[in-house]
Amino acid sequence: MTAILLEGMQILLVAFLAPLFAGLLRALRAILQNRRPAGCWQNYRDLYRLFHKESLQAEGTSWLFRFAPYGIFGAFCLAAGIIPILATGLPLAPAADVIALVGLFALARVFQVLAAMDTGTPFATLGAHREMLIAGLAEPALLAALFTASLLSRSTSLSVIVAHLEQLRFALHPSMVFAAAAFFMVLLAENARIPVDNPATHLELTMIHEAMLLEYSGRHLALMEWGAQIKLVLYVAIGIALFLPWGIVPAAEIAALPLTLLALPLKFAAAALILALVETLLAKLRLFRAPEFMATAFLLGVIGLLSFFMLGA
Amino acid sequence: MPHCSSMDRDTIMPNPSLRVLATFRHWGTTLPVWSGRLHKDYWPLAAQNIRAQGGRLLALWGEDRRTTEAGYLVHAAFLSETGIVRTEMIVDPTTAAYPSLAAIFPGALRMERALYDLLGIRATGVNDTRPWLRHAAWPADQFPLRTDFSGEGLDIAADRDYTFLPASSPDTHEIPVGPIHAGIIEPGHFRFQVLGEEILRLEERFGYTHKGVERLFQGLDVAGGARLAGRISGDSTVAYAWSYAQAVEQITSTQVPERAQWLRALCLERERLANHLGDLGAIGNDAGLAFALTQFQALKEDLLRENQHYFGHRYLMDRVLPGGVAFDLTAAAIAALQGGGRTLKTAVRRLQEILAEHGGLRDRVVQLGIIPPERAAHLGLMGVAGRASGQAWDLRVQFPHPPYDQLQVQMATATGGDVAARMAVRFQEIFESLRLQEEMLRKLPDGNIYHPLDLQDAVGEGIGWVEGWRGEIFFWLRIEHGQVRRCHPQDPSWTLWPALEEVVLRDIVADFPLINKSFNLSYSGHDL
Repeated sequence: MTAILLEGMQILLVAFLAPLFAGLLRALRAILQNRRPAGCWQNYRDLYRLFHKESLQAEGTSWLFRFAPYGIFGAFCLAAGIIPILATGLPLAPAADVIALVGLFALARVFQVLAAMDTGTPFATLGAHREMLIAGLAEPALLAALFTASLLSRSTSLSVIVAHLEQLRFALHPSMVFAAAAFFMVLLAENARIPVDNPATHLELTMIHEAMLLEYSGRHLALMEWGAQIKLVLYVAIGIALFLPWGIVPAAEIAALPLTLLALPLKFAAAALILALVETLLAKLRLFRAPEFMATAFLLGVIGLLSFFMLGA
Repeated sequence: MPHCSSMDRDTIMPNPSLRVLATFRHWGTTLPVWSGRLHKDYWPLAAQNIRAQGGRLLALWGEDRRTTEAGYLVHAAFLSETGIVRTEMIVDPTTAAYPSLAAIFPGALRMERALYDLLGIRATGVNDTRPWLRHAAWPADQFPLRTDFSGEGLDIAADRDYTFLPASSPDTHEIPVGPIHAGIIEPGHFRFQVLGEEILRLEERFGYTHKGVERLFQGLDVAGGARLAGRISGDSTVAYAWSYAQAVEQITSTQVPERAQWLRALCLERERLANHLGDLGAIGNDAGLAFALTQFQALKEDLLRENQHYFGHRYLMDRVLPGGVAFDLTAAAIAALQGGGRTLKTAVRRLQEILAEHGGLRDRVVQLGIIPPERAAHLGLMGVAGRASGQAWDLRVQFPHPPYDQLQVQMATATGGDVAARMAVRFQEIFESLRLQEEMLRKLPDGNIYHPLDLQDAVGEGIGWVEGWRGEIFFWLRIEHGQVRRCHPQDPSWTLWPALEEVVLRDIVADFPLINKSFNLSYSGHDL
């Protein structure tokens, strides 16, 4: 029963605090760039505004265009139930292992890309092509990083992996260091962050993720934006679960929950600071450098796998 | 010959091969201007001659002289080693055609297309007869710059019939961009033919900000004209206002007080500073480095606030008037501006170091959007973009008018021709403008700031020519009875926009905004 409660709490927390995390990231970035931030709550105001606006459907689009925002948002909410964020061994955890989780993210992306191509506008199509170029390279790198963790715990279930890693207590695994580096690069690419994409750009010719959203408005756009914010939180949560799992305890140990609820915000704040630093210090890569960036991530992931076999750790 | 004020009949034109084509006269002005009327057959010949000597086409325009002379008058202004060569030619109203210069100067093509839209006289010898500035706002058989243009039947209808160049192969993908963009920028249409990301062709379409500036000028008094001149392209308001003032002062033989000349130059250099600072930040931002944008924006904003406080307008609009300037600086203001200049210099020096060492930014801008010196020379590139491609033309250096003749301006040049070179030229020019500002503030002569104009029977033609921040701003003016009869302002963007079509060819679509920003050309100054 507590597990089901925890499960529901986790999904709601992720969904409703995702705009806050993205807002914090924006605010930190603004401060680092010597600007005055709009505040951590700006994303809520934006979503509220979008939900109260009219949703226009682009001329000549099919049901896919209307369905995609719900499909994408749903996929990310489901993923929020699978990843061990508050505790391991949640009821939804056995529903999907890491491979299926990557597949779930891929499903959301396929909806996004198809909906973009459905509009038939050149920018959306351009964005869709670029998105697939990045995604096709990012997914193997992501799997390589996740498999390194799987090897360590001899399971592909994220819940089991985290439960195993949590027990290891402050042991430094060379393979996990490589995997962490690979995962961080994938996180940047998959969430349309600098140096691969620019979430703040208004230049339609350089956009990747934003270009696919150009035809969306009102609640559809709100769901897309909200979904993207949840996705960012999920990636950070996976990173925390794999590489900083301490504090995530089995769902049965309800007594440890206050400690988890104290540690998690700190971990997320640290992640926001690191992301903000990266986005302030780096410029965007040339588009054709992005494959090199992803190849490096994949290589790091593979080195992680190899070092496990060589060192056994 | 038309009226030319203060003609110096004793001087002989230094170019012998042009001398045989027509009688060229020297206009008594601070600028070296040689003016002559050509026979229609000699029109391309003179252009070839100037081209062969390394000259450039500055401007091409026309006027309706059917009531006073034998027909339309087509004017062209060239830049040569000896200064401006201004030629004119009568075009018979029955045929309304004249030989094209597009084969000699590629930049002439659009000017000739625009001339047909506005005046209804056709350049012969070219295949491209599509409209350029005319969309569907007025009927194709009406020409706004003709004296008998009624001004009725005007519309704001969209232009649906314009034919773009067809795709070169069925595999290419066409991307239409603009005129409405995702960001808040001026309207222009860019038609890309791409193969994947690679740009196979770029075709531009402008005219969306056509305001009928040249027609608006007709009948304005000199002061009204000065206001309008300052509003042709807001980012170059000082350069336009000064070149207009030069033309008026030439016609009225006005001696501008020395202090006013110096204050004008101060305004021009501050306009250059503000725009270069803004551009450097924007280039950084387009490369995804928001840090550069916020830093340079802050510096630009400080400069604009100084402008507001000491000069009376953030962008220095209406500061330069025919006859002088509209403001004066106190000793306290001079001291404050000197202090501001020193602070700015330190800050820009530091930012230059940071950007030079930023690997990510260098990777974006080096070897991007290259226009090699030989192509730049062929296309007649000027200004920042020209100097970044080895075209060492700077009006303040080659033909310095007061007060630049006393300031020894150092020209900024680079030969790379890429985005990085255009950034480097901007940095050099910022430091040079700061040095000039420092020197001007130190040596600012005393005296009046305004000399009243004698407009009683002001009649004649005048030329103004100022090195604006983007490049040379050219102004031709005809005044009759104290009123503007006809004028033509020419923005460097006319020559630079066609070059952009060529610059992007080796690059990919995703890099276009960065290349475009490194030129930062004017839409308003081009569309008129």
